[in-house]
Amino acid sequence: MEEKVKEISTEEKQEFTINVGPQHPSTHGVMRLVVSLKGEVVQKVEPHIGYIHRGIEKMCESLTYPQIIHLTDRMDYLAAHINNEAVCLAVEKALEIDIPDRVKVIRTIMSELTRIQSHELFWASYGMDLGGQTCYFYGLRDREMVLDIFEETTGGRMLVSYNYPGGVMYDLHPNFQKRVKEFLKHFRKVLPEYDSILTGNVIFHQRTMGIGPLSLEDAIGYGVTGPSGRASGYSCDVRKHEPYSAYDRVKFNEVIYNEGDAYHRYLARMEEMRESMNIIDQLIDNIPEGPYAVKMKPVIKLPEGEYFQRVETPRGELGVFIISDGNKTPYRIKFRTPNFGNLSVFSHLVKGFKIADLISIFGSLDFVIPDIDR
Amino acid sequence: MDKVQIGEFIRSLDSDLDIKEGKQFTEVIIPPSKLHSLASLLKEKEETSFDFLVCITGVDYGNELGVIYHLRSTKYGHTVVLKSRTADREKPVFDSVTDIWKGADLHEREAFDLLGIKFANHPDLRRLFLNSSWGFPLRKDYIDEDIITW
Repeated sequence: MEEKVKEISTEEKQEFTINVGPQHPSTHGVMRLVVSLKGEVVQKVEPHIGYIHRGIEKMCESLTYPQIIHLTDRMDYLAAHINNEAVCLAVEKALEIDIPDRVKVIRTIMSELTRIQSHELFWASYGMDLGGQTCYFYGLRDREMVLDIFEETTGGRMLVSYNYPGGVMYDLHPNFQKRVKEFLKHFRKVLPEYDSILTGNVIFHQRTMGIGPLSLEDAIGYGVTGPSGRASGYSCDVRKHEPYSAYDRVKFNEVIYNEGDAYHRYLARMEEMRESMNIIDQLIDNIPEGPYAVKMKPVIKLPEGEYFQRVETPRGELGVFIISDGNKTPYRIKFRTPNFGNLSVFSHLVKGFKIADLISIFGSLDFVIPDIDR
Repeated sequence: MDKVQIGEFIRSLDSDLDIKEGKQFTEVIIPPSKLHSLASLLKEKEETSFDFLVCITGVDYGNELGVIYHLRSTKYGHTVVLKSRTADREKPVFDSVTDIWKGADLHEREAFDLLGIKFANHPDLRRLFLNSSWGFPLRKDYIDEDIITW
């Protein structure tokens, strides 16, 4: 009997390796995590990425700028509109075009709607990862309303491709204001429901509070941006620090927490949805009249030089870096995607936590895998 | 600090460097041998404290391969761009900055994967997206053998 006990204890000391993914439901895409475990405790995690690497940067080198916009949809598909905006702003900056006020306001409202629907999906899937199936249905139900608004104006639901250098593709649908207000009214009613299902739930607290704490120093050192960075006290909201579009004329708070654990990363996103609603409130009734785009030359050529533009996507800072040699296609284009930066901290965060916490930490960073792979 | 002040400060650290005030940022053109020491100085000096690495971009300039570093200070909010080039296309090597910014790890692996640029002293330099038999697709002389033309 004694010998048997000894055997088990030596076995437990052995480190063994398991694969999470590439098709594990909690990875929200195709990504493989090679996890080294000692008992239940994670020793090391090595992310293997590249399963949906499409070479977007390479493809862009043979495409014109208006064509590139459609490819950026496919990076972070939950923030398609904001990705488009980043490229458009970079091109407009290079050509030194002043875009009409109407465009700026439309872009800002659309960006904030995008942020809300992305965070809604985060809430839905994070709840599901931690065992709350109801969250998924509630989240998707309300997200549908935003997608319907997108569909009416842009023709697309997720991959909207609504921006164009110099403006937007088409004018707003006449129903737009009415439907956005309806959505806000509905969403203000259901958001407390979200809180009572998940935010105040004791089981949820135990799965997230104190799990995967990220210090401010590490957040900056690893390049973590967005709500995940702000939950660690890193003030990194591009909308505040380098306002683009109409963000300089609206009032909103940058959501910052100092705890940096999974629970506060979640809270930061919940608060951001409220801030986004405030921003839309301020703009929806004063969309200026005027043209929805400036007339551009049929072939857009950027002057020789380098251009860098950053925007705030729901997941963090997206940087577009264009090197132009004066042609209609970029010589080199680089996307500094937020998830790529956030991924580098993941193996550091999970060290020493249990395997179940790995799912919780992974979900709290809100990864979109195509954005990492590009 | 604004663009001019950053340029002057870097000039005071090393007077041989070629510093331009670009449209957006101060640009420092630097030989690969000085890259690591200047990068760590820029992070440590109180006046600049570039503690945030935005991205590392590998570029193929035709005859030369280069890397471009975008650095930002979270304290002051200013940005600087470091550019370095090497003419050696067979064995392009730059010093790794993973010991200065931990987040550089994946960025350097990406540059290695897509352009074949090596980083000395990188803890774990492996291909990131593609398998090891693949060429380096972001190089301008890369030919895709399986490409379908019509």
